[in-house]
Amino acid sequence: MKPAFLLAASAIAVAILATVPLYANGYELSLAITLMNYTVLATAWTLFSGPTRYVSLATVAFFGIGAYTVAVLAERMAWPWILLIALAVGVAVALIVGLSTLRLSGVYFVIFTFGLAELIRQIVTWYEVNVTRTLGRYIFVGIDPADIYWQLLGLAVLVFAAGILIRRSRLGLALRVIGDDETVARHIGINTTIAKVALFALSAAFMTLCGAVMAPRWTYIDPAIAFSPVVSFQVLIMALLGGVHRLYGPLFGVVPLVLLFEFLLARFPNHFSILVGLAFMLIVYAIPQGIVGFVERILRRRGDAA
Amino acid sequence: MFVAAVTSGLVLGGMYALIAMGLTLQYGVARIMNLAHGELMIAAAFAALWLFSSAAVNPLLGLLLVVPAAFAISWAIYRLLLTPLVRRAPNRDALEVDSILATFGMLFVIQGVMLVMFGGAYYSYSFLAFPVTIAGATVAANRLLALAFAAVIGLGLYLYLTRTRLGTAVRAVAVDPNSAPLVAIDVRATAALAFAFGGALVAAGGVLVSMFLTFNANIGVVFTMKALIVVIMGGVGNLLGCLLAGLILGLAETFVATFVDPGLTLATTYALFLIILLVRPQGLFGTASR
Amino acid sequence: MSAPMLDVSGLTRRFGGLVAVDDISLSLQPGEIMGLLGPNGSGKSTVLNLISGALRPDRGSVRFNGGDISRAAPHHIARLGVARTFQLVRVLPSLNCRENVLAGVAFGRDALWGQAAEQRADALLARVGLATRAATATTELTYIDQKRLELARALALDPQLLLLDEWLAGLNPTELQEGIALVRSLRGEGMTILLVEHVMDAIRSLCDRCVVMNAGRKIAEGAPDAVLAEAEVIRAYLGDDDA
Repeated sequence: MKPAFLLAASAIAVAILATVPLYANGYELSLAITLMNYTVLATAWTLFSGPTRYVSLATVAFFGIGAYTVAVLAERMAWPWILLIALAVGVAVALIVGLSTLRLSGVYFVIFTFGLAELIRQIVTWYEVNVTRTLGRYIFVGIDPADIYWQLLGLAVLVFAAGILIRRSRLGLALRVIGDDETVARHIGINTTIAKVALFALSAAFMTLCGAVMAPRWTYIDPAIAFSPVVSFQVLIMALLGGVHRLYGPLFGVVPLVLLFEFLLARFPNHFSILVGLAFMLIVYAIPQGIVGFVERILRRRGDAA
Repeated sequence: MFVAAVTSGLVLGGMYALIAMGLTLQYGVARIMNLAHGELMIAAAFAALWLFSSAAVNPLLGLLLVVPAAFAISWAIYRLLLTPLVRRAPNRDALEVDSILATFGMLFVIQGVMLVMFGGAYYSYSFLAFPVTIAGATVAANRLLALAFAAVIGLGLYLYLTRTRLGTAVRAVAVDPNSAPLVAIDVRATAALAFAFGGALVAAGGVLVSMFLTFNANIGVVFTMKALIVVIMGGVGNLLGCLLAGLILGLAETFVATFVDPGLTLATTYALFLIILLVRPQGLFGTASR
Repeated sequence: MSAPMLDVSGLTRRFGGLVAVDDISLSLQPGEIMGLLGPNGSGKSTVLNLISGALRPDRGSVRFNGGDISRAAPHHIARLGVARTFQLVRVLPSLNCRENVLAGVAFGRDALWGQAAEQRADALLARVGLATRAATATTELTYIDQKRLELARALALDPQLLLLDEWLAGLNPTELQEGIALVRSLRGEGMTILLVEHVMDAIRSLCDRCVVMNAGRKIAEGAPDAVLAEAEVIRAYLGDDDA
């Protein structure tokens, strides 16, 4: 009864969200796209980093791979083919990176993923300057903002569906065990490498597709835009603020922070960086469990008292 | 051309070694992975620029002002902002992740303040910029001076750590923070001291770098990344490893820039870093313990 | 005699200059309980780590049911039917008791999933005396209950060989008797057990044979009472004067 109810409620919510482009004005639609973009990215991030507790700063590496693939292939083939190729490139990179790095311990993995996005950016820049002799590229595809929004919505539905299915599967349990104690995980028969790499690749696949879908938003793209490290950190902070131990947690970080960033950027463009930094520190110090964890703890305390 | 590349590689490498020594003290002793390290360095560079251009203070004298100030600020940051994280962290991994997140916030704040004050433009000033000839290659005097100062500061730190009581306490905490209290070492105070020393070192690096490199408010991250690379290459907490790894990185970058393609220097840095992480995560000169 | 289930020969492992395990050989027959004794730091836990794949030996081999597992990954060894507990008890803190056991059921030998897995997990919890605690958070368990839970998780792998690393340490006398009874009941089912232990009562009442280690080397092997009476064993534990 209850799962059926949740399913119906989710379907209605998605249906309502799907109507947004029909009545939203340009600004509202643009905001909705940003919200949807970060929802996909932060949830995909949580898919891997939530249960395993590996903090990844490679989000923008995959996002950028997606966006750049579109920029390169834009007018050469049909849109679904472009998405498929972007997906293949993203997953291939994720598999290589995952297989070689997921045995690193916590802090080294963070730094590696940070370096990874920069490395890819440098290589793309060098390639564009020296081989193709075009640093920037123009993207002309017949995809309007409403299409982008619907595609992102579709991706968001897929991310959540994947998250729910994993959570109920053996893989989900394996990842929770790994997050708790990797040594124990290995000694009860879990192939920790395969579990981690599989999820890292899945998470990267969503990020890559998200970047590909978002690419037509910019008519001009260059490596500095596509691989901007700020995106990785924004995704991280949104996921942390919302809470990473629940699949829906990041939503509670994405909505307030996207709106906050939007507001700060409009009102205090010159102090944006300072305010974002302060917001980041506030979250780390005040709500390390994220909003969802915070609320759950209060509810639990209420429950104990009653 | 070769000699010129070697000299400028050594100068650059000396700077990397200096700022990496600061980071390795902070990470090796205080267990803080400080992502705002490069921002403090650039702040020091701006301080030197400001002293030089508006108060006509020679940057070498500026060191005497900037370095103690950075020491005090870093000590205060550790005591006020990082100690709460140390207290709440259940284990070392948790502290590392928390410190990355917190110092990342600081990175944005410091960078934002500098952007407000100086904008995104590149700055430099001319101090002792006359050429000197060594072994047929010409080098600017300020570069040689910077290298000499870096060497003196690095050597001073090394002697301090190996020859004094407080220095020994610092090394004891780096080796085993759990046993250090058993021989009456105050771990928190020592960690704060090490963190402050790290800040002082990177500030010294910033002042020295400002004498011969152009810099802007956004460039700190690049130096943080390079310092991280040097620290990991040299083995966490290993000062001599830092020195060698710093010189290797400086030479590698200069050689790639001179003989291959200047556009590939950063890519070289990162590639070197990724390879080291994968092949020898304990560092070139570290011993396997993790 | 039939072929040994576990056959360790010439096992050696160094840590830097220290030879933690030095040329150790031992073998277990199916259904046997062997005690691995020795003073602290003599290398007993390292032997368990080498058998279970947590560490790789520098020299020597570990054969399980005839196959060489000395270079195999821990998860592979676990799936072959070797389960272990840890010297410092390791339960999974964010999972409740049933999920802790379920983790073993889901990935061990003959792994199960779904309803069958949950039934098996509940049966194992009942087996170790935690039937009522299935939904309890592991952080609320007492020390003995955490140890029970860890044992249930090891048993969930449906192992042929069980490695117990000081599983009986730190229990009070009543708990100890319960613990010994539990291990004995496992033997009744034909399980083969290698246990690292300091508690002499447990060793005398459980073990068929013992191997005693000192400073990485094997110094004695045989029936518990005989071994514990040997001069070199007494010297290893108590020093020269008492020998």
